[in-house]
Amino acid sequence: MKTKITDIADIIRSKNSGPYELTMDIMFKDFESFEKVCAKKAINEQLVCKLYRITPDQIINIIEFKPAKAIKITIKRPICSGDLGETDVYGAQQHAPLLGLEFDL
Amino acid sequence: MKEEFRILSATAILGYGFPQESFEEGMKRHPHLIAVDAGSSDPGPYYLGAGISFTDRDAVKRDLSIMLQAGCREHVPVVIGTAGGSGAEPHLQWCREIIEEIAAEHDLHFKMALIHAEFDKEFVKQSLAEGRITPLDPAPALTVEEIDATSRIVGQMGFDPFIKALDGGADVILAGRAYDPSVFSAAAIRAGYDKGLAIHLGKILECASICATPGSGSDCMFGYIGEDYFRVEPLNPIRKCTTLSVAAHTLYEKTNPYILPGPGGHLDLTNCKFEQETENTVKVSGSRFVPSEKYTIKLEGAKRIGYRTVSIAGARDPIMIAKIDEIIQGVKDRVADNYRDQNWDYYLHFNIYGRDGVMAQLEPNPDLSQAHEIGVVIEAVADSQHKADTICASARSTMLHYGYEGRRATAGNLAFPYSPSDFHAGEVYVFSVYHLIEVEDPAAPFPIEYITY
Repeated sequence: MKTKITDIADIIRSKNSGPYELTMDIMFKDFESFEKVCAKKAINEQLVCKLYRITPDQIINIIEFKPAKAIKITIKRPICSGDLGETDVYGAQQHAPLLGLEFDL
Repeated sequence: MKEEFRILSATAILGYGFPQESFEEGMKRHPHLIAVDAGSSDPGPYYLGAGISFTDRDAVKRDLSIMLQAGCREHVPVVIGTAGGSGAEPHLQWCREIIEEIAAEHDLHFKMALIHAEFDKEFVKQSLAEGRITPLDPAPALTVEEIDATSRIVGQMGFDPFIKALDGGADVILAGRAYDPSVFSAAAIRAGYDKGLAIHLGKILECASICATPGSGSDCMFGYIGEDYFRVEPLNPIRKCTTLSVAAHTLYEKTNPYILPGPGGHLDLTNCKFEQETENTVKVSGSRFVPSEKYTIKLEGAKRIGYRTVSIAGARDPIMIAKIDEIIQGVKDRVADNYRDQNWDYYLHFNIYGRDGVMAQLEPNPDLSQAHEIGVVIEAVADSQHKADTICASARSTMLHYGYEGRRATAGNLAFPYSPSDFHAGEVYVFSVYHLIEVEDPAAPFPIEYITY
């Protein structure tokens, strides 16, 4: 059975990390789910590329941060915050594609 | 055992407010320092470039008035970093005026250090020529032309200028652009506490109650530094700091939560431990400061690229919505043709809410087939407000009556929520500098001026 990310994560958010980067945080409810997702490498480059329609060179890193039971994804912004054509100055609404994730855990 | 160094953080950003009760609760703990971060680059390049604060003047005055009165009464230094939101010269002077008003209205007397953070462009150019400037990846490399075009450049000061100002006898420090944690950590570092712990605590305190649960951007937070740990305690009984809420905050707006770069080195949190000390207080240990070989300061700059006019509308007609790309192209061609003899250089953009208005090219599902209505923001940017108005009006009226294939609604394609339909968004700025500059002396680029009230 598939596990929905919204059932195992408390916080799913995005924000600028400086004007040239976007960073997404997924914080899990418990260590068990966090460890399972990490063990399966369920959040990986390929998935992020598909979710955001980007190529691997646009991903800065995907980091597991145990103290917060969190996985952090940082990507290059396609357009710098505030530049012409840019749509989210704070980068606060770029997490949405993550909310629909489902995993085989 | 050495006494703990105590810091009262007033609010997440000066002007965002805080409950008076929380602040008084903090004062009961006899802080060695009252501090607040007054800025952020998050609201975008406009505020830095235009020299305007994104925070409200009356709100800033309210917060500062409480902090300054308490500081003067109890003889506790009050430190404000990144004055006026962006910390360049006009922002610093804007906040200085507010402080002057408060001092006069409440008959407060103190010695204030004003620390400047705007960089001279010639100095930046010289540093560029000497190879002392590197882009902060993924920002592009800097050029002399780009420096010339930039309206304002600020540098993020570390803790050294604050220590210098405290040594100079300042009761109040009003600093320009500062690396947020410096505002909170400098006084503790000066008192001999560990840099790693002080900077890490500063990183948490700069957002005040955002690190608690429930989090808030408008409430106080209290920090204590000991020999080999620090503690964070909320001052409002409705909030708790939990190991999770504090660790979670370490992730906030950072690229890598283990390695946090700043002026003169980085914080290494690889061996950091978060422990629940009491129901609402968290104890942190193991944070390490690793000095870098060369001392670098982060520069931020913004340049003006023109003036913006926008028109906001919506559409509900399914035939029109299905044809939106064709209509936009048709309108762009029509406008270009109208002004082809003038040789105008302009940017005309249609942002379509309901499709990819929020995520643009990152949108995984740019599909309109399920949309029953869309939002249309027409944006024109040109080298004068007048031209931007003309382009925007031309696009708006052309779109309103554009005759697309299959149209049934011949009376108008757009629903305007307002009259007037077009708005001046004024000057448009973009970030043009986001680089590291190498300096010999961490305090020298930030001149200190003393004023006595």
